[in-house]
This record gives sequence, structure tokens and C-alpha cells, in this order.
Amino acid sequence: MTASTTTETVQTIIAELKDKQGALLPILHGIQNALGYIPPDSVPAIAQGLNLSRAEVHGVISFYHYFRDTPAGKHTVHLCRAESCQSMGSNALEAHVKTKLGIDYHETTADGQFSLEPVYCLGNCACSPAMQIGEEIYGRVSADSFDDIMNDLGADA
Amino acid sequence: MSTTIYISGDSTAISIGANRTAAAVVKEAAQRGIAVNLVRNGSRGLFWLEPLVEVVVNNDRVAYGAVNHSDVAGLFDADFINGGHHSLALGAVEEIPYFKKQQRLTFARVGITDPISLDDYLAHDGYRGLKNALASSQADIVKQVTDSGLRGRGGAAFPTGIKWNTVLNTPSEQKYIICNADEGDSGTFSDRMIMEGDPFVLIEGMTIAGLAVGANQGFIYLRVEYPHAHKALNAAIAKAYEASYLGDNIQGSGKKFDLEVRLGAGAYVCGEETSLMESLEGKRGLVRFKPPLPAISGLFGQPTVVNNVISLASVPVILDKGGDYYRDFGMGRSRGTLPLQLAGNLKHTGLVEIAFGMTLRELLYDFGCGSATGRPIKAVQVGGPLGAFVPESQFDTPLDYEAFAANWTVLGHGGVVAFDDTMNMAEMARYAMEFCAIESCGKCTPCRIGSTRGIEVMDDIINNVDREKNVVLLRSLCDTLLNGSLCALGGMTPYPVLSALNHFPEDFGLDAV
Repeated sequence: MTASTTTETVQTIIAELKDKQGALLPILHGIQNALGYIPPDSVPAIAQGLNLSRAEVHGVISFYHYFRDTPAGKHTVHLCRAESCQSMGSNALEAHVKTKLGIDYHETTADGQFSLEPVYCLGNCACSPAMQIGEEIYGRVSADSFDDIMNDLGADA
Repeated sequence: MSTTIYISGDSTAISIGANRTAAAVVKEAAQRGIAVNLVRNGSRGLFWLEPLVEVVVNNDRVAYGAVNHSDVAGLFDADFINGGHHSLALGAVEEIPYFKKQQRLTFARVGITDPISLDDYLAHDGYRGLKNALASSQADIVKQVTDSGLRGRGGAAFPTGIKWNTVLNTPSEQKYIICNADEGDSGTFSDRMIMEGDPFVLIEGMTIAGLAVGANQGFIYLRVEYPHAHKALNAAIAKAYEASYLGDNIQGSGKKFDLEVRLGAGAYVCGEETSLMESLEGKRGLVRFKPPLPAISGLFGQPTVVNNVISLASVPVILDKGGDYYRDFGMGRSRGTLPLQLAGNLKHTGLVEIAFGMTLRELLYDFGCGSATGRPIKAVQVGGPLGAFVPESQFDTPLDYEAFAANWTVLGHGGVVAFDDTMNMAEMARYAMEFCAIESCGKCTPCRIGSTRGIEVMDDIINNVDREKNVVLLRSLCDTLLNGSLCALGGMTPYPVLSALNHFPEDFGLDAV
């Protein structure tokens, strides 16, 4: 996506949503859905659209774990770290995932394929451990099933 | 004539292969020339049997589970379309003891109906509560809810009727209904199951709340981690608008109620009601001081009802059958039913809706069938990450808000996470501090700084650096968090920490009690 189409996308989203009550989160979701992240240079446009300061917009983006200001990999693995998953061995799974991908949390693989983010509960606690990739949720994830999923998604294993 | 087959579209069922099973059923049926009407229902909540396949034979539903996609051809060979025998055959779900022993009021339709079919909802007693509400005065609606004894199912257990009454009696041009669907507690998934499995019941409950207190705008604040619930809610809301169950003239009454889903963005603290309202207003999710109560000055400074998903989804049955009907379930001051969630290291995880009063032990062993790993259950954490770890010696506590509070434990949202004897409770205490540090909104000092100091103190205890002294320090720090925090995040992090320390001192390198 070129710089000008990015700006256009951001402007369209702001124009569509700015008259909602409490419009900032819907706008940020809209931008992240469209672009995969919220480019820092979109902050002035958002601030102007909502009559806020840039600091206020930046403050909101940085408060919420889900919003990111850098592009993610092609797939983002959200691995659950919460108690239910821990009770079913997620600490060992976490170690496996980090080794397999060669990255830590909040990092992206060098080939740009995968980002890794922790998540605190996916509501899938009846089938722990759990992870989410895009809108897909996976339950009873083991080291083996994780490897299979990565292979299906086109990782160079 | 086509055969109706139900395969759950619940995200947990999907997470263990329900979509692949459904695709295999469709493909196999096509190859064999069998006409099939596939319905993606909510989950019955018996997750060890998911993916569950139910076939309608002579108007009865015959279940098979757990059905992997590789089992599907064998099921067709066994003529499961006509209820044929197969090793995965379960008979009727209603006769499985785990299900049969339950008392499903709030979850009455979940797993039975097509979640986004309004016709199905109406055919299964849907919108009867709203019909009664439209024929009642505002005060009478609030009275039914008060009489039912319903208390906030999000965890705080505040009487719902009293909250509604305050909003009703606070004059304002504009009032709001907020559904707190930021179900962030580990081990809880009942909100998600309702939103995916019976979204209309939540919409109906919110509409009734709006009529009761005079609010014409509702927001469902949904966590972003629930994409399936998001789709189901939006689909159901669109249908409710089409059929005038939402909008400017609800069922010709002249009453107005609009409803919109708003997404959170991964902040646990936004499950706290004032932080949630800040987030809805488009701000950082900083907790507000109370007073003023949200019921008097809430969203955009207006009187606001903030209720949990299960609280609101319990309102239609109360308005349909009366407050007395609901109140007759339960014990003591805990009235009605609680949808419990069995999670973590249990053989039979799932959703158990039952009247208050059963013991934790019955829940863990009669329903949960003990640990999944086959090892002894060392502790269970009830009520999410801010709930205490309950040791085996307290398993005979009845599931009741007051009985739990008397043990310095928390029933909360009814989530139960079991741990076997391989878990180290000092590590869990450290994690509780770490979680608090990650999720703290930063407004109050005890939570913001205390949680990070807590991690350091726990590290020293685990690594045997001045252990005895640091245990004293940890207790003092917990005292500060308990008494000095602005909200439950800092205020309740000591529950898991101190319960782990008190009940499992050997895991902290101390002498056993």
C-alpha cells in the first residue's frame, strides 16, 4: 500500500466514524483492521478529526495492549498465558513456541511471517492451552499441533 | 426431506475441530446423496464431547461425540442419519448426567436453537419477558428484578434491582445501559457462550433494562478477543432491528431503544466498570474515583446501568416467569442459578448452570470428574485471576457468595480453574503480581508500583534471598494493596498471593503449616 492510499484509508475511516459518541476506539480499530497497525503519522489526522491533542491520541493507542504502532508479521500468534492455560502446560508450550519461531513476545520473525503476542485469556479455558491466530482460535494446543499449524500457515520449518 | 444436523459453532468447539467436522459431514452427505440441513448451534457446554453432532430423528435429537472429521464417514456407514448405533453414540444430551443434573434458566436455549434465528428464539419462549415488560410500569419491572434476588454475576454480586432503582430515580434526559462483556478473567467463558449461543437473550435483557430505567441507548462493551461473539451479536442485533425489537418503536409501543457493540482493545482493567466507561468515551481506561456512582453519573456523566452479560441475560426469564420463580432457586442471599465454568486441569470441563448451594467438591468431582492429568487436584482458583486459591481442605464450601467470603475466597463470575499437584503455588503468586503489573491502569500508587515491587519480592522469596524477611515484606505489601488500591485489580491481587502463601507455604520454601 502506498503512502497516499494509506493516508486516504485513514481519512476515510475518520470521516466515517468521527461523529459517533466516543469515536476514538472505533476509529483506531478501523485503522488497525485496514492496515494491520496504526501508523504514527496517522495520529495528527485522528487528533484533528476528533478535536483532540496528539498527546491524547497517542496516550490512548499506547494504553491498550491490542493496538500496535508498527506493522505485524503476516500472522500474529496470540498465545494465552493465563492461569487455566498454565494448569494445562502452557509454560512449556510457550518455551516451545519461542524456540520454534526464534522470537520473544512483541517480536516478529525476520522473514515477516509471524509475530508473537501474549494474551490473557481467550475464553477457551475448557480446552486449554489456547491460542489465536487472526480470527482462528485453537484449543488443546500441544508442541506437535503447534508445529502442524505453523506448517499449514506456510512457515519454513 | 432433509435431515437436520446440529454441530456447534461455539468458538471452543471450533477450536478443537467443529468446522472440520461440519465440512466433512456436508461433503460426505453430498457424496451419498443425502439431503442435510446443517445448523450451527451454540454449545451444550460438555466440552469433552465436542465436536458434538446431533441428528434429528423422529423429532428427537440423537447425539454423537466427540466426532473428529475422520470419524464422519464411519458415522454415515453406521446410518447415524437415522440414529444408527456407533461407538460415539450418546443418546439424548438431556439424559447425560452432567446435563440432566443442571438447572438451566439463563442457558435454557444455548445449544438448542440456531443462535441467530429470531424465529427459533421466539419458538423457544423468546421475547416473552419483553412482552410482559412492555405491559408493566417501570417501577414494576424493577420490582420483579429486585424480588428475584438477582445479584451482579460479573463478580461483585451487587443486587441488580437496587442498581436499576437508583438509575430509575435519577432524573435525566439521557440514560444509558451498558453491558460489560469484557470477560477477561481466566477460567470464565459463560458470557462468551451466551453471546455466541443465544445473543437474543442478551439483547432482550438490555431492552428490558432500558424500558425499566428510561434509557434509550445501550452499548455492549465486548472484548476484542471474542471475534465469534462479535459476529453473532451484530447479526442478532440487525435482525432485532428488522423485526422492531430494537429501534424507535419497539413492537409498536412507541418506546425506543438502540443498541451497539463496541470493542475493547485488550485491557483487562476495562472490565472494571468505571474504566470501561472511560474506554467507551474514547479515553485511556483509567479507573474513576467513586462516588459518584455510575448509576448517578456514569457514561458521559449520565445515569448509567452497568451490568454483566449473565446478569442481563437472566432478566428475560425473570420477567417471563416472575421474580419469585427465580428467587426460589438458591440458598441464603444467593438466589437463582449460577452458570459455573469448569476449566483448566479437569477431565470434564464445561458449563454447569445450577442453583447456588452445591459444594465445590461436588462440582469438581461429580461434574468435573477430577483432574485431566489423573493426578490429585492441589488447588482451584475460583473467580478469576483475582480470586483466591482454594485448597482441598475448603472443597466442602457451598457455592454461595457469603460462604465463600467467610473463607476469604471469592465466588466471582463462577469460573473454576483446577491445578494438579505439579503446580508450584509460589510461581502462581509471582504470576499474580506480574499480571497486576501488566494490567494496572497506573492511576493509583499501590497497584502501579506495588505490583512491580511484588514481583521483585516474590523473586527474592523464590530464590531464597532473605526469605523470612521478604515474606514479612510481602504481607505488608499485600496489606497496602488490599486497603489502598482504587479498584479490585490492585485491591484483590493479594487474594491469590496470600492464599497461596497461607495454604502452600512449602512451595515458598517455608515450613509447612
